[in-house]
Amino acid sequence: MTVSTMAAPQPRTKKATVVPLSRWAAYLLLFFGGLLTLAPFFFMFVFATHDRSDIFQLPPPLWFGDNLQENYRNLLERTPFWRNLWNSLYLAVMTTATTLFFCTMGGFGFAMYEFRGREPLFGLLIATMLIPGTLNLVPFALIMQALGWIDTPRALWVPGMASAFGIFLMRQYIGTAIPRELIEAARIDGATEFGIFRRVVLPLTKPAMATLGLVTFVQSWNSFLLPLIIFRSDQTSTAPLALRSLQGIANTDWGALMCGVALTVIPLLILFVIASRQLIAGLTSGALKG
Amino acid sequence: MQAPLTHRPTLSLAARWNNFQRRYAPYLFISPFFILFAAFGLFPILFSLYLSFQDWQPTTGLGSMKFVGWRNYTDNLTDPTFWQSLKNTLILAVESGIPQHLIAIPLAIAIHTSLRRIQNLVTAVYFLPYITSIVAISVIFFTLFSWQYGAINAALNALHTVPVIGPLFPAEKVNWLGDPGAVQPAIATVIIWRYTGWNTLLYLAGLQAIPRELYEAAQIDGANRWQQFRFITLPLLRPTMFMAVTLSLIGGFQLFEEPFILTNGSGGPGQTGLTTVMYMYRTYTAYSDAGLAAAMVWLLFLVIGVLTLLNNRIFGRSGLAGRD
Repeated sequence: MTVSTMAAPQPRTKKATVVPLSRWAAYLLLFFGGLLTLAPFFFMFVFATHDRSDIFQLPPPLWFGDNLQENYRNLLERTPFWRNLWNSLYLAVMTTATTLFFCTMGGFGFAMYEFRGREPLFGLLIATMLIPGTLNLVPFALIMQALGWIDTPRALWVPGMASAFGIFLMRQYIGTAIPRELIEAARIDGATEFGIFRRVVLPLTKPAMATLGLVTFVQSWNSFLLPLIIFRSDQTSTAPLALRSLQGIANTDWGALMCGVALTVIPLLILFVIASRQLIAGLTSGALKG
Repeated sequence: MQAPLTHRPTLSLAARWNNFQRRYAPYLFISPFFILFAAFGLFPILFSLYLSFQDWQPTTGLGSMKFVGWRNYTDNLTDPTFWQSLKNTLILAVESGIPQHLIAIPLAIAIHTSLRRIQNLVTAVYFLPYITSIVAISVIFFTLFSWQYGAINAALNALHTVPVIGPLFPAEKVNWLGDPGAVQPAIATVIIWRYTGWNTLLYLAGLQAIPRELYEAAQIDGANRWQQFRFITLPLLRPTMFMAVTLSLIGGFQLFEEPFILTNGSGGPGQTGLTTVMYMYRTYTAYSDAGLAAAMVWLLFLVIGVLTLLNNRIFGRSGLAGRD
């Protein structure tokens, strides 16, 4: 199996043999599929500008209304939403920063060194990816209770500091994108191993770090089940938990809820617009091949 | 790698230090993961195994654990709700899993063969659902699936009046989240919507890894497009399929957020939206029975393990580790 590097995806030559008709069929398929994919986002923002009675009427609102301010006010009345967004952001940033550091380090260790036990240890690492995360849910909650970490963000970001997937991704990237000669040259120049990691490897793995960083950020931002067990108060809970608590109450204010939904998704959309090219290039080349 | 240095008869202190740190540096580099895994992965897993043989309520403190042998397992296996949750999970995994791949493969091929100019944009659009908050999007779908006033029923009913294709769509409104028979398709729809793009990206990566020379050689040998697809694309896409299906399988059997939000935490009418992880969560939090919950997860793990093995038999070669 060929491995292309992330930095330089294989140039593809256009195919001259494609029948125009089948290409139009492909376009049509892609267009309608895309429409269906985007529709819920459209409704998300439209609903955020309407009140409850508008959202639940026939036909449902198809264009923006004028209730956004009211919804926003109600949202802040019911939950400390900016506080919750901040909690989500803090968690995601801490998880992402530590994951990038430790996974790049681990990936470098696996990619560039020969050492006793490398293969079995890497096999073990891969095997941990197949273990369902829910398997340790109950003891996880107990450990956090024992450590006194309930209701603190470190209960989530400390265990999440390094991931098997991240090390796997980084090993693939470093192994293909960084020439061994460069490492040797740094050694001859007298750099320590950690110095090589910091001065040579870290700067050169930026493209892969963008991919891993985005995936980690999104996963952390979206996590629900673990925070549900760890966070118990309005002040400490994250944005998804706040949305859930808004939905759970008997007389749901749908306008306010939709406003919260939009606020939760907007940061991800912005991040995606900035980093999507990098993310897709990173995921489609080299990194994830079975 | 260290050969040139060690052959020298005497080593300077600096060279010795270099050798030493070079030898142990990789262990230092990879240790954070293994330490974290030992503390927050392996230990809890072993603990949950231990817990699954105990009768224990978390609120009463660690001292009140009582060994009960296999009772938690037999209790689960004789609990009709557990079986129903497992059945629901299986149905949901199949209903949401198979369409994902059946849509993603042609989609990936369409993107792969379409103009390069729109490729990135199209991929980005399809990938968008994957990066949005599951809870947020489940809330949106909750309103879209609303019985009397939901956009989905409105759209389906409108399509029913269209000539020719009309009969394919229902004339009556479907009570998506209130009818035991409709809850699972509704949940599956959300999951398909969310993960098809992710799978498309995986398949796109697989397609791009197939060397173009193979197609050129096949063309010279006179293979038509179907034969090229059948004898080059499909076999070479197998490792990707294996990985994608394995990920869907593991994900599908741990469904929680989507059914939880769509049924408002209740499991829906007739409990048809209750997945095993939801039931486990309920057993742990509402019934406060940690041992029973732990045993339930181990039973689920057993099911996932068997299915992964089966999947391995059908698609697998080297699996996730892959040869690169």
